[in-house]
Amino acid sequence: MADETVIGIEHVTKRFGGFVAVEAADFAIQRGEFFSMLGPSGCGKTTTLRMIAGFEQPTSGRITLEGKDVSRVPPYKRNVNTVFQHYALFPHMNVFDNVSFGPRSRKVARGEISKRVTELLEIVRLADFANRKPGQLSGGQQQRVALARALVNYPSALLLDEPLGALDLKLRQAMQLELKRIQREVGITFVYVTHDQEEALTMSDRIAVMNDGHVEQIGTPEEIYHAPVSVFVAGFIGVANLLPVTVDSVHGSSATVTLPGETHSPAIVSGPSIAAGQPATLMLRPERVRLSAEEPSGSGARLTTKIMQLTFQGPVVRTDLRAADGTEIVAHIGPEDHLPAARPGDDIWLTWDDDAARVLPLADIKVGGEAYEIQEMGQVHFARSDA
Amino acid sequence: MAGAADTAPKRGRFAPYGLLSPGIIWLILFFLVPVAILLRAALSSQPERFVPDDLRFKWKWSNFSNALDRFGPQFQDAMRNALIAAVVVAVIIAAVVVLRRGLWHNTRARRLLVGALVAGFFGAYIITSTVDGWGDHFQRSFLYAGIATLLCIAIGYPLAYVIAFRGGAYKNLLLGLVVVPFFTTYLIRTIAWKTILFDNGPVVDFLQTIGVLGDSGRLLATPGAVIGGLTYNFLPFMVLPIYVSLEKIDVNLVDAARDLYSSPARAFRKVVLPLSLPGVFAGTLLTFIPASGDFINAEFLGSPTTSMIGNVVQNQFLVQLDYPTAAALSFVLMAIITVAVLVYARVLGTEDLTG
Repeated sequence: MADETVIGIEHVTKRFGGFVAVEAADFAIQRGEFFSMLGPSGCGKTTTLRMIAGFEQPTSGRITLEGKDVSRVPPYKRNVNTVFQHYALFPHMNVFDNVSFGPRSRKVARGEISKRVTELLEIVRLADFANRKPGQLSGGQQQRVALARALVNYPSALLLDEPLGALDLKLRQAMQLELKRIQREVGITFVYVTHDQEEALTMSDRIAVMNDGHVEQIGTPEEIYHAPVSVFVAGFIGVANLLPVTVDSVHGSSATVTLPGETHSPAIVSGPSIAAGQPATLMLRPERVRLSAEEPSGSGARLTTKIMQLTFQGPVVRTDLRAADGTEIVAHIGPEDHLPAARPGDDIWLTWDDDAARVLPLADIKVGGEAYEIQEMGQVHFARSDA
Repeated sequence: MAGAADTAPKRGRFAPYGLLSPGIIWLILFFLVPVAILLRAALSSQPERFVPDDLRFKWKWSNFSNALDRFGPQFQDAMRNALIAAVVVAVIIAAVVVLRRGLWHNTRARRLLVGALVAGFFGAYIITSTVDGWGDHFQRSFLYAGIATLLCIAIGYPLAYVIAFRGGAYKNLLLGLVVVPFFTTYLIRTIAWKTILFDNGPVVDFLQTIGVLGDSGRLLATPGAVIGGLTYNFLPFMVLPIYVSLEKIDVNLVDAARDLYSSPARAFRKVVLPLSLPGVFAGTLLTFIPASGDFINAEFLGSPTTSMIGNVVQNQFLVQLDYPTAAALSFVLMAIITVAVLVYARVLGTEDLTG
């Protein structure tokens, strides 16, 4: 995949009256990639998508499509197509007429239209449903009609606005794989908006995590998960243990921090503005920590904790721990990790590899316009699976 | 428990009829019974000295032909021309649709078109040459009601559109304003128009000053005044159903059309308009049917030369006391409207528009 920008978001700000929906967004989407914008409701991801589609104009900054400034170009003159949240299929037209709507608007020759529509209906596996009305289709089928209706135009990019939100869990998981398959098959850039971090991790080549109008981080799912740059990203993607620490020293991207209980740990500097002597936040993923009944040998990081609860969850045992200062920590212990024979109430040592710990700047967080002041550190998980 | 399980389905079976019964009783009492009485009157002989109870039922079908004969024999030609014109227009539209969509190469579509053309012309000829002696008043009724209905669509559709899509916080207020005239009775509103349009009134004066009307020109007692009155009085019946059908349209559909390369005009034509046709259909029925039988507007805003079939029926019933003739005319009106509505429903039927 050559690095070729299809969509450029250049210092884009969008205000509605006094409300700032998107502030200084600045990134580029490459040809052929599956790009997700992820964040809680009200974070500006849908507004950004609507600006790319042309339904909204940026207050300042510009949006480019295939290198051309399209900031003021109306939607019907932009070569991008949208899959709407509730599909927005035309209820008075059958599947064929819905899918051929775009090509007919563009006055494509009739023979070409039916060839393309047939091809797209094959791709979304609805070839036998051309004469049905949307009302006669299931949610998943309507979803695929919406996809075919957009893709039949061979757009420069396909914009998807929480397209799986209305489907039940099973169907949603099946459609995730289906979407990925279709994207590979047609090779078109997908720009995908979702609040579901699992969905974003499953499908995306790159993810932009947004919060409160800002883009917090852009990276591959691995980068976002393992190396979040802020407490928000750490908490929004997966489960994160956050510990209050003080930075001892910083050398390039590695640092040493003082943990609660006055032990020390090396950590990788993940976010900006980490300076020695400053308070900061240490992030540990639950599956990256180990438990040990005896004090571990060597000079690695360690923390004394007390077991609060053990919960068998199938693949892992979820272990709720509490550090000496009261910070709550979750550890996911797999069958290969040799959970010591321990019971709630027992003291236990928590250890981790040097590269498992990330030190992040201390921050107050706003989620969906509400301030979540991170006063008490601990296990943070902002994403609501049902939202 | 078994008893409850037994009664539940029984109640379920009869509940729909129970719920329907007020409507059914209402229809029997106030529609079927009056229609039966009317039909009896239409087939009775007129007594020497009129007493309603004295009507003698005699299967007098000649009442129908006599009634039609008396109210204008000269309409035949006009009616024939109108029908032929309607058929020609319909066939031209069908031809344009077939040609533009490239269906000409489809043998079935071509045969259908040619068949429709031939059948249309012969049909129109046969209908118009066999139906004899339709009344002037019928002609006027359907002409005025038709024009008023078209005006109601022309005025009401944009009004409903603006309220539905641009009304914002004022939606309910604007809808209220549409309905507010109903707070005054129909009669008073129509008489009020008489005051507005009277010969030395400010409206006539103004139109004479700017030269739209001649010095002796008037508004009252003209077909325009009657059509205007009908349009004014029936406008809310057009606006409300259209508003309801527009209001139901998901705005995302318009976004979707624009996203799929449709200009705002095409998005309207292909998405909003077809989805609002059920409202236009309902509004047309609610406007055209009562307007066809209306006599108030012609009575107060018109003259004898603009009187409609409703005026004739009213006059025959209440002034001439000729119940058989009045009843026969009512039946003819009902029959024509029923046929017109059925044809209209076939053309603009709502089945295809939903689901």
